Amino acid sequence: MKAGIFIKDSVVIRNGIVLKNGEELDGIETSKDLPEFLKNIFKYLNLKYPKFYKMDNLSKLAFLAMEILYSGEKADEETALVFGNSASSLDTDEQYLKTINEFPSPSLFVYTLPNIMLGELSIRHQLKTENIFFVQRNFDAALFISYINDLFLRPNTNEAVCGWVDLHNSEYDVFLCRITRSGQTLFNEEKLQKLYFATHE
Amino acid sequence: MDRNYLLHDSIISPLGFGTSSNLDAIRRGKSALKFHQNSKIFPEGYYAGLISEDLIDQRFQKIGDIKLFTRLEKLIILAISQVIGKMDSPDLKDTGLIISSTKGNIDQLGKSEFSEERVFLWKMAEVVADFFGFKQEPIVVSNACISGTLAIKTANTFINSGKFSKVIVAGGDLVSEFVLSGFKSFQAISPNPCRPFSNDRNGISLGEAAAAILIGKPESKKGQQIAYIDSYTANDANHISGPSRTGEGLYLSISRLLDSENINPENIDYLSAHGTATEFNDEMEAIAFDRAGLNKVQMNSLKAYYGHSLGTSGLIETILTKQCLLNNELFASLNYSDSGVSKALNIIKKHQKLNLNTALKIASGFGGCNLAMLLKKESL
Repeated sequence: MKAGIFIKDSVVIRNGIVLKNGEELDGIETSKDLPEFLKNIFKYLNLKYPKFYKMDNLSKLAFLAMEILYSGEKADEETALVFGNSASSLDTDEQYLKTINEFPSPSLFVYTLPNIMLGELSIRHQLKTENIFFVQRNFDAALFISYINDLFLRPNTNEAVCGWVDLHNSEYDVFLCRITRSGQTLFNEEKLQKLYFATHE
Repeated sequence: MDRNYLLHDSIISPLGFGTSSNLDAIRRGKSALKFHQNSKIFPEGYYAGLISEDLIDQRFQKIGDIKLFTRLEKLIILAISQVIGKMDSPDLKDTGLIISSTKGNIDQLGKSEFSEERVFLWKMAEVVADFFGFKQEPIVVSNACISGTLAIKTANTFINSGKFSKVIVAGGDLVSEFVLSGFKSFQAISPNPCRPFSNDRNGISLGEAAAAILIGKPESKKGQQIAYIDSYTANDANHISGPSRTGEGLYLSISRLLDSENINPENIDYLSAHGTATEFNDEMEAIAFDRAGLNKVQMNSLKAYYGHSLGTSGLIETILTKQCLLNNELFASLNYSDSGVSKALNIIKKHQKLNLNTALKIASGFGGCNLAMLLKKESL
């Protein structure tokens, strides 16, 4: 086993398509309507998780991508979550703003922070670990690499999930990548960029 | 690896435009929390710490055009300009800018005074960075109420990785109708100024503020400086809006930090708590502090001075912790009367002067996030 940090698996959800390690998942009914597409993925995964229905669309995207990334495997309990996006929680902010003059909705308000998705993932996978949420104009591989490399210097990081979960005006862009202490593919900027741009080629 | 230090800082708040005026106000026991009327969200009025628009513009017009920037951008720019003003050689070529904010320009959402892009946090950060001419793309950390402290941790990481030679961490959060209505919908707003850890506490008071701090190596190797030792975060993995009943994530972040540094609770001179004054948050903190053996450490919450400025609160409180270590003074936990939590804590009742060396700063937030940071005074 080589020393270092490695990329194990990756998931992309974009334009009505779900990719795991670059291969499209068969059997998911695509839809141009995001809530419907999310429902189809949830059905495909055959999950029983009532909390899913309470989540906003942003957290649902993160949740489903994480399920696909691990496909039933239990996450290592020392898995750090290093996430980011471009639009923060703006999609839900806009929905919440419409309610404030009548009956402000506490169940919507709680989702008006982007890091709520990290809470949802931590609850689902029982991760009492390092969290951070960045907001950048575009996915910046170098930023994630610097931060994750530092976390791996600590004894209580066995794995990390690097995530980009963005949603605004029904446009979504989801990329999750599992980072481990052993494997074949070295975790570096070039590789991470390439995996992120998987469907852009 | 050489440590990084908490260098020049600035706090812009209802208590003053600058760290020293803020310190003076706290020393005099002043609070930013005032009763405000004419609110759409609270027709009956509410307590909050608000900064007057006139005062912001009066200050800002000395450095820029007040019409070109949003309220929050002006506050953050004012804070950063004070920090840059204190630097001997303000070379921004290798200096990073890390902005922390929970909601950024959320008051502009649905309005048309500025371009729509301004509600994006990265755009707000770019506007601020361009004002000063930072050469590197700014980084935004938005992680609920631990944002400000987590931005300092991020600054330390990126200096150590060689990405930046030094970093200005700046943050700001407003008391907007958006945020007020949300906390009201949770029935979390106190009818009176908030009373952290007290048996008569009844929820939070909100406050708006901006702050900035330079992280890096000191320009001159003389005198006393406050070293950033390390920070850990840990998620509760329990609930997205309610604090953990066992203080799990906060306890884990503290214990991982103290274990990694081989520090015992008795070596900590001061604990700067989060203390929002909601029933469940303060109880959660008390349980976590008890589990970590911090019962005897002198501690306070500064929320009754400022109100809760969300992501910015941790940044302000870290700056004040730094100042307290340097000045060998501790501030009373304002509005505390009698213990209202289930564990014994050593809450500071009166301002005092005493020798201080090591401090622990903690923060917790929605999404189950928690952070613990260790600071230490060093003679260089």
